[in-house]
Formats: sequence, C-alpha cells, structure tokens
Amino acid sequence: MQQAEPEIIFDDKIEQEIKIEPKDWMPEKYRQTLIRQISQHAHSEIVGMLPEGNWITRAPSLRRKAILLAKVQDEAGHGLYLYSAAETLGIGREEMYDQLHTGKAKYSSIFNYPTLTWADIGAIGWLVDGAAIMNQVPLCRASYGPYARAMVRICKEESFHQRQGFEILLTLGKGSKEQRDMAQDAINRWWWPSIMMFGPPDDSSPHTIQNTKWKIKRFTNDELRQRFVDICAEQVKVLGLELPDNDLKWNEERGHYDFGEINWDEFWEVVKGNGPCNKERLETRQKAWDNGAWVREAASAFAEKRNGL
Amino acid sequence: MESILDKIQLPGSHPAAGIIHYTLHLADNALVIAHRNSEWCGHGPILEQDIALANIALDLVGQARNFYQYAAALIAENNLSSITITEDDFAYLRAADEFKNFLLTEQSNGHWGTTILRQFLFSTYQYFLYRQLQHCSNEHLAAIAQKALKEVTYHVRWSSEWVIRLGDGTAESHQKMQDALNELWPFTDELLTGGLASAANISLDDTLIKTEWTEKITSVIADATLHLPTSRQYVYGGTEGKHTPHLTAMLKDMQYLQRTYPGVEW
Repeated sequence: MQQAEPEIIFDDKIEQEIKIEPKDWMPEKYRQTLIRQISQHAHSEIVGMLPEGNWITRAPSLRRKAILLAKVQDEAGHGLYLYSAAETLGIGREEMYDQLHTGKAKYSSIFNYPTLTWADIGAIGWLVDGAAIMNQVPLCRASYGPYARAMVRICKEESFHQRQGFEILLTLGKGSKEQRDMAQDAINRWWWPSIMMFGPPDDSSPHTIQNTKWKIKRFTNDELRQRFVDICAEQVKVLGLELPDNDLKWNEERGHYDFGEINWDEFWEVVKGNGPCNKERLETRQKAWDNGAWVREAASAFAEKRNGL
Repeated sequence: MESILDKIQLPGSHPAAGIIHYTLHLADNALVIAHRNSEWCGHGPILEQDIALANIALDLVGQARNFYQYAAALIAENNLSSITITEDDFAYLRAADEFKNFLLTEQSNGHWGTTILRQFLFSTYQYFLYRQLQHCSNEHLAAIAQKALKEVTYHVRWSSEWVIRLGDGTAESHQKMQDALNELWPFTDELLTGGLASAANISLDDTLIKTEWTEKITSVIADATLHLPTSRQYVYGGTEGKHTPHLTAMLKDMQYLQRTYPGVEW
C-alpha cells in the first residue's frame, strides 16, 4: 500500500531526528500515545506533591523546610510545563484533570505509598527522583518537540532533587541509632516500588515496540532498571546502609548487578487502585479541585466583567 | 517543655535586649505566615496560584532565616550564651508564649480567600515597614529589609490583585471575601501600634506607616467592592507572647521532629 504524503514526511522526520512540532501532521495513534504519556506524567507531578508536601510543615530545620518547599513547588512547575506540552496536542487542562479525577488517566503508582517518617523524604529524593531521572533523561531526545523541551527543563531540576534526598539520608546515616534505623526503614520500603517505576518487564510491556519506533522511547524498561540498580548498589555503600535484596550481587560476567525477583503482583494491584494510598491521593486532589471551584469561577466572572468595561 | 531561651542570659536591661527582641519579632512574623502559606502547597485551587503562594512562602522563610541568623549573631557577639545558638534554635525550641509574631500571621488558613486577604493585610504592612527599615540606623536590619522589599512588592501586587478579583468576582466570592475581612479585621490594629522598634532604638515613623497602610487597604478594598468593617474591636498580644490557640497547634506540628529527637543533626 502506498503511504499518503504527510505520513512519508512524518516518517522521514522521525528517521532524521527532526522534531515533530504541534502543527505538523502526525498519526492519530502517535498523538494519542503522547497525550496519554505526557498527561500521565503531568498527573504524577501533581499527585507527587502530596506525599512530600505532607512533610513541609514538619521539616526539621529551616534550611530543610526551604529546600523541600522549593522542591515540591518545582514539581508543580513540572506539572505546568507538561500540561502545556499536552495542550499543544489538542487536549484541555480541565479535560485532563477530569480524566485524573475519574481514574481514567493514571499517574505513577509510586505516589500511592505513604510517607511515614522524615527519612521518606530522603528516600523519595534519592530513589524515586533517581528512577525518574533515569527514565526522563532519554525523553529529552523524544521526537515530539514540546515534550522534549519540557523534559530538558525538568531534568535539570530533578538532579537537584535527587541530591537533596541523598544528602538527607547521608545526614541520617551519620546520625543517632534512631536516625539510622529511620533511614534504613525508609530505604526498605521505597526500594522495590522504585525499581517497579521502570514499568513491567520488556516481554510484557505493551507500548515499548511502537514507542521505540516513534523515538518517544529510547531504551527498554529492563535496560533502564538495570542501569538504576547498578548505580544505587554503589551509592548505598556511601550511605553506610543496605538495599533490601539478598540476591543483589555483582555479576562479573554480565558487568552488572544481579538482583532479586520483583513482585509484579504488587505492582499490578497498586496500578489497579489497591495500593495503600490510592484512594486518599485521588480524594485529596478532588477535594482541592472542588474547594477551588469558587475561586476559578470568580476569576472568570471578574475577567469578563472588567474586560467588558 | 525545654526552651532555648533557658540557655541564653538576656536580662531586659542588657543593651542588646531591645534589638534582639525586635529582630526575633520580625523573624517570627515572616516564619509564622510563611508556614501557614506552606500548608497550602499541593492543595491550591489553580496550579499557577499554588506555585505563586509557595513562592511567597519561600521568600518569607528566607527573610525569617536572615533575621534569626542576625539574632543568633547578636547572642554570640554579646557572649549571652555558653552554647552556639542557631537560627533553628529560635524556630524549633521556643514555646508559643515566647514567639513575638502578630496574631494576624498565625490565624488559620480558612479558605483560599482568607489566606489571600491575610497575606494582603500583612504584606502591605510589611511593605511600608521595610521601606523605612531599609534606611534605619541598624545596617544589618536595613540590608535585610532592602533585599526583602523587592519580594514584598510582588507579594502586595499579587495579593491585592486577587483580593480585587475575588471581591468583585461572583456573588459567592464577594460574600466569602467580606466574611474573611470581617473575621481578620480585629487583628489589623496590632500591626500599626508599633512598640518593639523603639525599645530597639530603631526610629520608625509609625504614624506614616499607619497612614500609608490605611490608604492602600482602603483603596484596594473599595476596588474589590468590599466594605471596611466599622468595628473598632481589636485584639492585641502577639508581640508580648499572648497568642491564639492557632499558634500552639502550628508549633506542635512544626517542632515535632526537633522535640521528639532532641539534639541531633538533620
């Protein structure tokens, strides 16, 4: 079958690494894939503000309070860049929010775990933001221009987030026994969910092949996960703490760390909505949205009134 | 409850007492309202405004830190403590009745409109105060005020625009803002009664601050189609450590880790 001309141009751009821009023709499935992926990412930033925001008021020093506040605010900013990038594909922000609130759109499952102690703020920075960076750096070269450009800005800030998390754990690791226990407990709870962030194994990842062809995705889930495990296995030594995996062992032959089996049943349960905090996170977002309705209505009414003058 | 003030020997008659108390008062105002604003982070009605309020909170935490650091330096310079006092000691190891912030700053967030209005009433005061403070005889306070003035100028602009927008938005938003104004109004006169600055030998024209503040508030409230409360029933006491229960609850949350695990690094 002969390809229609716009499709040839599109394929040619992908081939030559020329960015696809909002006004360019693109296959409908490419557009839908991007909307799904970018909005899911935006929602993750916004929902991700909640578990950490939970500790802003209890941050144990003024310096930590300022850093955490700036970090959570960065996440709101990331959400904003990403919603804007998704809007260039023809979907409105309200529609995206609606998809989040009704459960039609997903967000990263990692945010359905609770933040029980201050050390969780460290573990989230080091592990969750670390995994996010690993996933996101290749997206700076994604074929869709607005997405790639948003990711460049996001990645710069994420590396600061990861450093602050590592520094929190480093301080706790050098602290009292209670602080060290707190840090180890946080790592124990966040490690497995973090390595699940790379998504299902390659043989059961439904989107990988097409997304790689379209150059939205550059590496497979398992490749990125391995890279992350290799880095963390070394960094945890600096912290003087341990990763909760008895099978973690350097494999000379592979040149990588071997690691234990991931509990994918847990992963799918949390994705399906049965994680510890799924309900709470969505309710909180919904409540913020509902409580803010009068503010948004007032702003529109005011704009109409005063512009009419 | 242990208080850091037990580790500081600062009789009221000490020549540095006035300036230390005044600096802590400036710091406490900034910290307490910053903390309140930070409670909104992730829960705001519009993403852009969530970011804006977090920004204001960050500016104010920064101001508080500058003032606390200066107070700590004054303690050290005057050999008033055998241990090193830090900015965090003031924030985390004092009881509610040792805080000197205005009552307005500690009031609970209420709805978004109450928070905006609280910020507007306070930032407008802070703006006219810092405008004078930047030229005061104490070069440290002057420098902090001068730097902060740029931030506060934005806080006033942002909050006043929102007071107008919500006041003259819908019937519902108008009513909510009028209720918030009535609720917060009793705490406003405390901002304008001065007091602590003169004990610190900082000479400010309090009458001018009051005139400028009143003019600005009157004009924005009118533009917002709201009405200034006629009640002259005001509440005072924050600068003397007589607070509303809101502050105790806030500090319980804020100081939780420092109080549970005393004496460690974070």
